Amino acid sequence: MNPQPTGRAWVFGDKIDTDVLAPGHLMKLSAEDLATHCLEAIAPDFARTVRPGDVIVAGRSFGIGSSREQAAVSLKILGVRAILAVSYARIFWRNALNLGLPALTMEEAGEIRDGDLVAVDPASGRIENATSGRIYQVQPLPPHLLQIIAEGGLMPFLKSRYGKAP
Amino acid sequence: MDAEFHEDRVAHTLSEKIIARAAGLPSVSPGELVTVRVDLAMAHDSSGPRRWRPRLEELGVGLWDPEKVVIVSDHYVPAVDAASAQILQGTRKFAADYGVSNFYDMQGICHVILPEHGHLRPGMLAAGGDSHSPMGGAFGCYMAGFGATDMTAIVVTGETWMDAPETIRVDWEGAFGTGVSAKDIMLFLCRELGMDNAGRVIEYGGGTVRAMAMEERMVLCNMAAELGADTGIIEPDETTLDHIRAHGGVVTDDALNWRSDPGAAYLARHQFDAAALSPQVAAPHSPANSAPIAEHAGTAIDQAYIGACVGAKLDDLKMAADILRGRHVAPHVRLLVAPASMMVTREATEAGILGDLLDAGAILLPSGCGACAGMGAGLLAPGDVCISTTNRNFKGRMGDPASFVYLANPYSVAAAAVAGRIVDPREMLAERTRR
Ligand code: SF4
Repeated sequence: MNPQPTGRAWVFGDKIDTDVLAPGHLMKLSAEDLATHCLEAIAPDFARTVRPGDVIVAGRSFGIGSSREQAAVSLKILGVRAILAVSYARIFWRNALNLGLPALTMEEAGEIRDGDLVAVDPASGRIENATSGRIYQVQPLPPHLLQIIAEGGLMPFLKSRYGKAP
Repeated sequence: MDAEFHEDRVAHTLSEKIIARAAGLPSVSPGELVTVRVDLAMAHDSSGPRRWRPRLEELGVGLWDPEKVVIVSDHYVPAVDAASAQILQGTRKFAADYGVSNFYDMQGICHVILPEHGHLRPGMLAAGGDSHSPMGGAFGCYMAGFGATDMTAIVVTGETWMDAPETIRVDWEGAFGTGVSAKDIMLFLCRELGMDNAGRVIEYGGGTVRAMAMEERMVLCNMAAELGADTGIIEPDETTLDHIRAHGGVVTDDALNWRSDPGAAYLARHQFDAAALSPQVAAPHSPANSAPIAEHAGTAIDQAYIGACVGAKLDDLKMAADILRGRHVAPHVRLLVAPASMMVTREATEAGILGDLLDAGAILLPSGCGACAGMGAGLLAPGDVCISTTNRNFKGRMGDPASFVYLANPYSVAAAAVAGRIVDPREMLAERTRR
């Protein structure tokens, strides 16, 4: 079994809302431009310095607020590989999975420090903090959601079932 | 998990019954992952057509049932620049191209438009492309919010997946004192139940709720979104059915059967006393940051905003007018009023309410999401303090990230506009009675 690649952890607190992830007054911007403002109200450097493969770690109710998918799209555009949060707002959680961005629920998310190197396996629920050496087991995603993620999100999934052949 | 938890529950909550019906199953229990057929899909100009069209074109498919799709242009109305004009144009074109006859162009806010046109009825399972879709639950239907990709899948297939939620029952008994409304219940519940209730439905009941008009019940369900709940719901009664009939909707024979079974298993039950509730205010930057209004009395304000699905229905304007009649907005304060729909504007005009507001110095804005969504007219500058009848006061939602938004009921917002600072509206209401 190949070890999962690690990414740097970006640690945030409770109730990171969709206006912080994708500011409402900037919603007319293109998805790429909007992503450069992701989280800027609380972490001005985030969008500039996050690297592909990094992992978001957060507390309770991550993604609370509006149904705007851009909150999850922005993270995806910036290359975030996975999200670990104590709990999620329901719509955000669905949006993230639909975009092929694994979002796992992790009671012990608070034990991860900013900048720790973390590996996440959504299929087994195994999370390894390479910096602290700690290994966690969380609820893996159900097979039907893993399938959506494996196909790259709900759109590719729909395409394989409903789309016309090119 | 213990085996007994897997035993089929015989008595079910209203939400479980609707989900089971939509899933074609005899029953569902909380946590069960099911596929449901959707009876109605609603979306607006921001979340709907402009996100759907490229996806539908990519898939090369149409809508599963255009009759079951409702589209409302409310977020970018009226167009304030070329970009918003283009979004609205694209929405119109989509409705025409895809045969959506239930299209409301600049008529008002989606959650208010649905019941105004009789689209909701008890027992229905409805999906909305907006986080305040739970507002529909006031009509005894299960209506939840979904993101754009989820909604695309729904309008293509007519189906979606759900993990059946737990139900929390919240009963209110007793009559409100003066100056208190459903909004205060919700600001109170945001701090009492917290905002972390994903996987749960809030079912409201009790004498206070039964006595409420539909507009007030809608506030309870709308702000289930602020509790972080999957949705809010209220068992239908004659008030519900009267409202549906009065707005051209269809009432089926089984409508009143859509209620929770006696002995249904709730995750938790709460009972509160409405008579003991005072006007509440949520301070920046969270609806859960709420307290009785006395705690914020004296806070100076720059703007008062009466708007949004939750806070600019006819009842809300009436409450504001009760304060503003014969009074005037403080000199350095701007009071903005954006009625929730054209129908509300018309009814408020006929009832003389709009005249009262304008005489008091209110500035009338178009019906739509406006400043509530951070998109339309009435946005805030850095350092601005606003008191608002809306449902969210997250940082930067109504304009600059360095602005401050207090949430309150319409009495309190109107009273603050008059005083130039947050005050207990009951003082002004009592003065009126004495005069
Ligand atoms: S008025 Fe505000 S809360 Fe209501 S639908 Fe519009 S943006 Fe959302």
